[in-house]
Amino acid sequence: MSKTANKKVVCEKLIEYGKKDRDIVALTSDSRGSASMTDFGNQLPDQLVEVGIAEQNIVGMAAGLAASGKKPFITSYAAFVTMRAIEQVKVDVAYSNVNVKIIGISGGVSYGPLGMSHHALHDIAVMRAIPNIKMIMPADRYDTEKLMEELVNYEGPVYVRVGRNAVEEVHQSADYEFEIGKADQLSGGSDLTIIATGELVSTALKAAELLEEDDLDCRVINMHTLKPIDEKAIIKAAEETGKIITVEEHSVYGGLGSAVSQVVAENHPVPVKVFAIPDEPAVTGYPEDIFKEYGLTPSNIAEKAKEMFD
Amino acid sequence: MDKIEFLTEKAAQIRRDLLKMIVNAGTGHTAGSLSNTDIMTVLFYEVMDIKVDDPDWDDRDRFILSKGHSVESYYTILADKGYFDKEELNTFCQYKSRLIGHPNNKVPGVEMNTGALGHGLAIAAGMAKAAKMSKKNYKVYTLMGDGELAEGSVWEAALAASHFKLDNLVGIIDRNNLQITDNTEKVMGLEPLAEKWKSFGWEIIEVDGHNYQELINAFTKSSEIKGRPTLILANTIKGKGVSFMENKAEWHHGLPSEEELAQALEELSSKGEVI
Ligand SMILES: Cc1ncc(C[n+]2csc(CCOP(=O)(O)OP(=O)(O)O)c2C)c(N)n1
Ligand SMILES: [Mg+2]
Repeated sequence: MSKTANKKVVCEKLIEYGKKDRDIVALTSDSRGSASMTDFGNQLPDQLVEVGIAEQNIVGMAAGLAASGKKPFITSYAAFVTMRAIEQVKVDVAYSNVNVKIIGISGGVSYGPLGMSHHALHDIAVMRAIPNIKMIMPADRYDTEKLMEELVNYEGPVYVRVGRNAVEEVHQSADYEFEIGKADQLSGGSDLTIIATGELVSTALKAAELLEEDDLDCRVINMHTLKPIDEKAIIKAAEETGKIITVEEHSVYGGLGSAVSQVVAENHPVPVKVFAIPDEPAVTGYPEDIFKEYGLTPSNIAEKAKEMFD
Repeated sequence: MDKIEFLTEKAAQIRRDLLKMIVNAGTGHTAGSLSNTDIMTVLFYEVMDIKVDDPDWDDRDRFILSKGHSVESYYTILADKGYFDKEELNTFCQYKSRLIGHPNNKVPGVEMNTGALGHGLAIAAGMAKAAKMSKKNYKVYTLMGDGELAEGSVWEAALAASHFKLDNLVGIIDRNNLQITDNTEKVMGLEPLAEKWKSFGWEIIEVDGHNYQELINAFTKSSEIKGRPTLILANTIKGKGVSFMENKAEWHHGLPSEEELAQALEELSSKGEVI
């Protein structure tokens, strides 16, 4: 499997679409290098607005740009743009319902050693609680490519979270359907469903492979869209497989696990097990260390999955 | 050894130690720490009233590293002062180390967790206000980056500090003219910077941020100012002390190779040859 950082794909696609549509504007907050957006700045300097280290301003200005006919794409640190600027997101973008796309970079624990100020483990919870804005976490470069195409064609507020590091591909090729709001089933199965989002989808796939060795047939769902979440796919999984596991790089509160549990509890109660980051300042270290600490690994997920059959 | 010789020697040692720590960890914000090493050395070895064996002493002067990414200079100084064992610097940024990549108040000597830019001045203003309310004499210092000044929260705190006449508060700006992307004036212009702070009601003292005597004089003068906070505008060189890092934006979080480290240590040893 080859590896690509999703943020790189974001930039490539923004350059491609930006050349065709001069109303596409990228905004950066001293985040150009970190977002891999330097190329965009070099190739389309007139379509880049640099606001300096000012996350509230970047969101407010993007709202104004959108309200005046531009198509702004913010590329800024997930940790800051979804916290520092959350009122601008809520009021200026979502409430006024303007066409702003926010790409949160270095999401989750990408900046593991830098501590809680730089971890973004709250954004699913926060964004899902704000009306009008959609939230998406692509799993790999194919998802990101297709998502960018959808984003330029969709008018309205969307928040996208990507990580800092290169991620493994979870698709063999671009030959599959990607639609905002629609779950992407990666493998069929009838014993158990693993629903994962973002850059841990590859971990879910590996857990499913391990379970296959024990003759457990897993359905794996890439839930790239956290809002609106694909309730039908969740209910179907509950009905057809009877057990659900969720995997996410997010707080255990308010994330994918919470969302799935709510849908399951209301529609077709079955056991759900949530793999996420517990309610504490996450330990510091590199992402792999942090995932290991909290059991977000294929082997631990597979082991716990087996216990669901005891 | 006189004061200036001591500070010269000490700052060179801190720079060497922090570079070694960064290379050992394989990560770090290199140039920003070198930029403010002289300022922090003067503060911790000459200006602030602190007790290493009693880090929580009620009347201690307070320091908030608002530009939290320059934590390398901070940890290195705290270890050298004796707040914790120097050996621990080898754990910088490692799994579960308390020496994480931004100030962590689980580390003795660190008052508050920082890392998100634009927070320090408001926290410092709160501490200074508390001193006024409880009639305490401690002073509060906070060190900010110049790129950091684009955050609106800095200016909210600047208003408040002036409004509350916090003459026990000293803000310091590490004016190195660089942030991650480029020169600050290209990214988001700050000039005329001194005038901005002045118009907010602050006393402005502009110094060469690598000149120990000028820094000492500025801190001394700040204690004499009554009725308003002081802003020390310290003109600095990002990457100071290592020729190939100076004034280069790419060294913001650049990681020196072993050879580059060796060269840097050599350049820094000649500076400290006063003893
Ligand atoms: C709120 C927030 N936004 C963005 C960052 C990422 N960041 C870390 S350092 C830095 C540049 C800081 O530049 P400056 O303040 O000039 O510091 P110095 O040049 O002394 O390193 C940025 C953008 C952050 N830590 N906090
Ligand atoms: Mg600077």
